[in-house]
Amino acid sequence: MTERTPGKQIHLAAHFPGVNSTTVWTDPRSRSHIDFSSFQHLARTAERGLFDFFFLAEGLRLREHKGRIHDLDVVGRPEALTVLTALAAVTERLGLAGTVNATFNEPYELARRLASLDHLSAGRAAWNVVTTSDAFTGENFRRGGYLDLAERYTRAAEFLATARELWDSWTPDGRQRPFAHHGRHFAIEGEFTVPRSPQGHPVVIQAGDSPEGREFAASAADIIFTRHGTLEAGREFYADVKGRLAAYGRDPDDLLIMPGVSYVLGDTAAEAQEKAAEIRRKQVSPQNAILALEQVWGVDLSAYDPDGPLPDIDPDPGSELVQGRVKITDPFAVAAKWRALSEAKGLSIRQTVIETTARQSFIGTPDAVAAELAEFVARDAADGFILVPHLTPGGLDDFVDRVVPLLQERGVYRTEYRGATLRSHLGLREPAGKG
Amino acid sequence: MSSLHLAAAIDHPGVYEAAPYAELALLAEGGALDFVTLGDSFARPGLDALAVAARLAPGTGRIGLVPTVTTTHTEPFHVQAAVATLDWVSHGRAGWVVEVSETEAQARLFGRRRAEAPEQLWQEAGEFADVAARLWDSWEDDAEIRDVPTGRFIDRDKLHYVDFEGRAFSVRGPSIVPRPPQGHPVTVVDATDPWAREAAARHADVALVRSPSLTRADAARAELRGLATRFGRDPDTLRVFASLVVDLGGGEYAAEPGHGGGPLPTAEGPAYRGGPVDLAELIADWHRAGAVDGFHLTPVEPRRDLERLVNGTVALLQHRGLFRTFYPGSTLREHLGLARPANRYAALAGEPS
Repeated sequence: MTERTPGKQIHLAAHFPGVNSTTVWTDPRSRSHIDFSSFQHLARTAERGLFDFFFLAEGLRLREHKGRIHDLDVVGRPEALTVLTALAAVTERLGLAGTVNATFNEPYELARRLASLDHLSAGRAAWNVVTTSDAFTGENFRRGGYLDLAERYTRAAEFLATARELWDSWTPDGRQRPFAHHGRHFAIEGEFTVPRSPQGHPVVIQAGDSPEGREFAASAADIIFTRHGTLEAGREFYADVKGRLAAYGRDPDDLLIMPGVSYVLGDTAAEAQEKAAEIRRKQVSPQNAILALEQVWGVDLSAYDPDGPLPDIDPDPGSELVQGRVKITDPFAVAAKWRALSEAKGLSIRQTVIETTARQSFIGTPDAVAAELAEFVARDAADGFILVPHLTPGGLDDFVDRVVPLLQERGVYRTEYRGATLRSHLGLREPAGKG
Repeated sequence: MSSLHLAAAIDHPGVYEAAPYAELALLAEGGALDFVTLGDSFARPGLDALAVAARLAPGTGRIGLVPTVTTTHTEPFHVQAAVATLDWVSHGRAGWVVEVSETEAQARLFGRRRAEAPEQLWQEAGEFADVAARLWDSWEDDAEIRDVPTGRFIDRDKLHYVDFEGRAFSVRGPSIVPRPPQGHPVTVVDATDPWAREAAARHADVALVRSPSLTRADAARAELRGLATRFGRDPDTLRVFASLVVDLGGGEYAAEPGHGGGPLPTAEGPAYRGGPVDLAELIADWHRAGAVDGFHLTPVEPRRDLERLVNGTVALLQHRGLFRTFYPGSTLREHLGLARPANRYAALAGEPS
């Protein structure tokens, strides 16, 4: 037998599940989504599994459905940066990544909060930059109002560039220098209150799949958080995004591609499939099936039987029925696709929704899942994965206990943390700064 | 005589890592102090105080954690969520010192508005504290129901829009964060500045006054309690603390016999210089006279003075039965003897329609 050359290394991250129908809160093992003990358990499990980072989403307005607060999914969550800073006290190496909106924050304050997290965690902070366009969310903020798609991205790009100017405004040897930024969206100047952190800048994550999102990630992000669950789609996305880096003078290794994925493990392939089907049924309750349909159609479908056929009426593209979720851009196309699927396979409303929305990425024995993850990375469909468990807080226990050792045996996953900062786990260079 | 309360600042200028703050917080907790404060401003070098407080939460067990949060250039919705989250991660030990940013230099860091007069800023700070409290009530305590038969995770009738319209901002609500363990984290206002006094009397659980003498402290407390009464509050729900800078540095600054001279005015406020025993004497005198409910002490040399405060002054007060030797409760409200506030929306919902 020839000696195995260590392959390309897999990066792993953990997503704290919440505020969507992926989370199976009806499971008797499901615990609080707000108590600190839940965050601590998942973070420590991820650190036990030598993950690169722990990832937390945010919300700025409770979703509404038909003008009332949506009540079927897990809802209510703590503020991301505050939880992550507390987690810095109970973890040692794990990166701490939080989603924070660039539309309803100001660069000076947010750059300072992120730099504080980076110092208090000794170089483990990451920021997932997102934007919001809608006046619905704006109703909770001073500026309020609506920002169109193009403005959202130019503001986000300038926001990030400004934050980096602030992080660079201290010399590496700890001298404070004044900064001044006068741009289209921000005109600010003064002195930043926080020195450079142990990893230079917090790591920047970008989530998004649109051409604008890919370009923004290629120009400015360290990690792109995607949704490509198949090998083919992943390879295509990977080649496209990595191909965009050179235009910005960046190396392909300067941006890591990490899809968000789910997984289900079983002792046999059949058992795993059975468990996966059971989880899908729990994710798509009869009530959730009708609601998912209403999100596409934009009209009240409460009179329909979830076990019956899909409606033959047309969607309402101008509907405001759903607020606070990502809008479906072409509801006619989605409705047509769902109808075709339902007719071809003879599926009910609920079965159709299960087929189309409750996708699970990796299902099988620990050995099969490890092999599949390794193949994705070896064949350049991803650099790693952000695992989205369906249970809080124990949803990663089996992965860390059963899959991680197999990845290590294959030589595609670390057996110890080599460095202390998130940048060192990710193999990213420290930003040069202004010297 | 009401119970004596003690708090200390654990600011550490020039320190950007967690360990020295954690050491001070644990030292203060060893002395059973009610809470520690962390100062903040966008204008001077230092970390975000709320972040430092959050970092201290898991490593401490009982001490209240009270960072300064400014209300001038920040978003009420974000701030209330962060303070509520500090309460969740500390299991009910969070507070916040409401502060304003008065200078043009700070306004330029944000570039959204010019500097304004303190009168206007404190009016806004009052509205800020008001909307924060409403958002903390926007989830009733039992809103999460996990009702499997109907598939409902929450009872949406127990979530409330706050629909707040103020002079400087409006907020629709509800909060994204469920009601925090204390109901409302503890609100602290430095009421020394006359403009801050009304906001303190309306919204504070603890008001700080930088008074150089027992008589002045007594007058400030009487005024704040009178104002609170005028605003329809029970004045016994407001604790008034005297704020003193303390320099307990040994031989070099030998204590004058007794504290007859009292604190001296400095740029940072009234400063006490002397030994830990004389400070205990002063604390006991002011408290016995009913001039204050407690003290907020800012050590000039954090490590040295806090240690002398805890092992000298506090130990002596405990020995004389004037200060607790252990925490009978677990939340900051319990340390302060303040009730958990009723939820204003739950009360409305309970009324016959």
